Amino acid sequence: MPKPFNKLTAVAAPIMRSNIDTDVIIRIERLVGNSVRGTLGKWAFGALRYSPDGSENPEFILNREPYRQAEILVTGPNFGCGSSREGAVWSLQEMGIRAVIGSSFGDIFFANCFQNGILPIVVDKKVVDGLAAEIEITQGAGRVAIDLEAQTITSPAGNTLRFEIDPRRRDGLLQGLDEVMLTLKRDDDIRAFQAADRAARPWIHFAGKSA
Amino acid sequence: MEKSGRTMLAKIWDQHVIARMSEDTDLLHVDRHLLHDLGGSRGLLDLKTRGLSVHNPELTFATPDHAISTARGRAGTIKIGQELLASLRTETSASGIRMFDIDEPGQGIVHVIGPELGLSLPGCLIVCGDSHTCTHGGLGALAFGIGSSELTHVLATQALIQRRPKTMRVRFEGKLPLGVTAKDMILALIGHVGAAGGTGHAVEYAGSAIRELPIEGRLTICNLSIELGAKMGMVAPDQKTFEYLSGRPYAPQGEMWEQAVKAWRELPSDADAVFDQEVVIDVTKIIPQVTWGISPEHVIGVDGRIPDPHAIDDPARRAAIETALDYMGLKPGALIAGTPVDWVFIGSCTNSRLSDLRAAAEVARGRKVAPGVRAWIVPGSETVKRDAVAEGLDKLFTEAGFEWREPGCSMCLAANGETVGPGQRSVSTSNRNFVGRQGPRARTHLASPASAAAAAIAGAIADVRSMER
Repeated sequence: MPKPFNKLTAVAAPIMRSNIDTDVIIRIERLVGNSVRGTLGKWAFGALRYSPDGSENPEFILNREPYRQAEILVTGPNFGCGSSREGAVWSLQEMGIRAVIGSSFGDIFFANCFQNGILPIVVDKKVVDGLAAEIEITQGAGRVAIDLEAQTITSPAGNTLRFEIDPRRRDGLLQGLDEVMLTLKRDDDIRAFQAADRAARPWIHFAGKSA
Repeated sequence: MEKSGRTMLAKIWDQHVIARMSEDTDLLHVDRHLLHDLGGSRGLLDLKTRGLSVHNPELTFATPDHAISTARGRAGTIKIGQELLASLRTETSASGIRMFDIDEPGQGIVHVIGPELGLSLPGCLIVCGDSHTCTHGGLGALAFGIGSSELTHVLATQALIQRRPKTMRVRFEGKLPLGVTAKDMILALIGHVGAAGGTGHAVEYAGSAIRELPIEGRLTICNLSIELGAKMGMVAPDQKTFEYLSGRPYAPQGEMWEQAVKAWRELPSDADAVFDQEVVIDVTKIIPQVTWGISPEHVIGVDGRIPDPHAIDDPARRAAIETALDYMGLKPGALIAGTPVDWVFIGSCTNSRLSDLRAAAEVARGRKVAPGVRAWIVPGSETVKRDAVAEGLDKLFTEAGFEWREPGCSMCLAANGETVGPGQRSVSTSNRNFVGRQGPRARTHLASPASAAAAAIAGAIADVRSMER
């Protein structure tokens, strides 16, 4: 069950390159196995974070203070594109990230964030660039504040702006709702749909019978 | 409900609504849920931990593909891959889910076996914990990838909560030139609209060039939808679709077949349907494509030059190109053709079907893989493998110096430990040239099966049109 998300004031790290894919967020071999959760934080952004000899790359922002403490990522366009691997979200979560702010996200990554209590915020690219610039001016010292209920972000310079979010998603995060249990409450609807559909589209429901 | 002006997406979507959750979000019925070895047993175990059971095991199908070795006899399957396979067997069996196991017809890459078995049907809503589930849209299905949490949700409820996407129609018009394939069409589109061009959209591919394409080509086109940001891509079903599906093991038969086809004929978008975005591509201008960078949008014609960052004004774009060229070890401004390669990989859910292998074989026939190049053929499924062997393709490839492998995902994503070495260069028929995708620091160039075979023979990126007979 996801942890509820309401307010957060934290260090934010800008990672502004476009099209950072989920392979870059977490390599596949870290995800092969049924008990990988809890082991992933140190492997997030592996290709950017570590040199080939395994040492930390000092150039990478999350290896520098105060960004090591970041709980918010400010990201370039199309962050989280590519593979559906939810391990990308788990690895961010395990390194302490609780929100990502960008102009666009990979669709599957975006959905996976909500499933894990991570808030993805979509705002105009100009806003993202402005936020990144303010963070860089203060060298990360300026905190970014997010208020989900009020749907606002406050920048390091104190500018507050509103963001849009699907109200159903917002309420789910605020309350840390478990979608599976909510849907199972509608099981009568699901079964009624299936009963009617078996008559309307029998080829969907009796596939195995002919094989 | 309106009787006209509806898109295929709207028609299929509306048929699956169990309950309306909000203005634009619905609880949808899932018709087919495909599981693989990387996430299938994890989901089933997750369900068990929560004290729940599989809602509709008869609508759920499984096969191992990601973590198994593709060496003969599955030799060298990594330990964790063996564990995942064992776990998939145990958990699917305990839940009454049909699993297509190793060496059995039906085993293969999930996105190859779905269509091949007739599990994937027009108008069907298909999900799988894999982003390339969009492939099945080539048959007129609404198919998309989901994450682990959504996978558990589907196992428990046979339903999924989804926000209705925006719509985009891409019309490929004209007659495809010789030597140019479905893979080249879709790579050219991604180059045109960018890796985020379809984000938030369901794409419908239409136009005369799509109508002309055989089903396997349509599957290739839809497979790369996610690489332009769209998690769903689809082609309207037509006579070709029905002929492809007729007689397949899980396709309806007899009277039910007639009933299904009648319903499927209603699915195509109405003539007056309006899309949120429209793109038109003139296919007569497309030549064989090859990627040069670390995103599928980094793509050029095989006669093109590697971009020069100095010629780019926008600092962000310039930096992106510099990063990509640095990773790929390429010289700005040089011709891409002639770039030496170490590896050629012909396989993956994009391009491992019989027609793909035939296209590569046509180039390889009577020729030899260049010295120093390792070239692998990994058929997409056990059935593809057997059909290819029956035609003698395995022999043809082996004589030409290719390695003939067992079906699986293999070197597309290297989850099974089959990797391209650090700094090595590969021409691959797969779908992603991301940093480290085929192995840490591996350099990937995406291309069609014919182009990949040409690279294997030439030992370098080559224009397949100069090698065709």
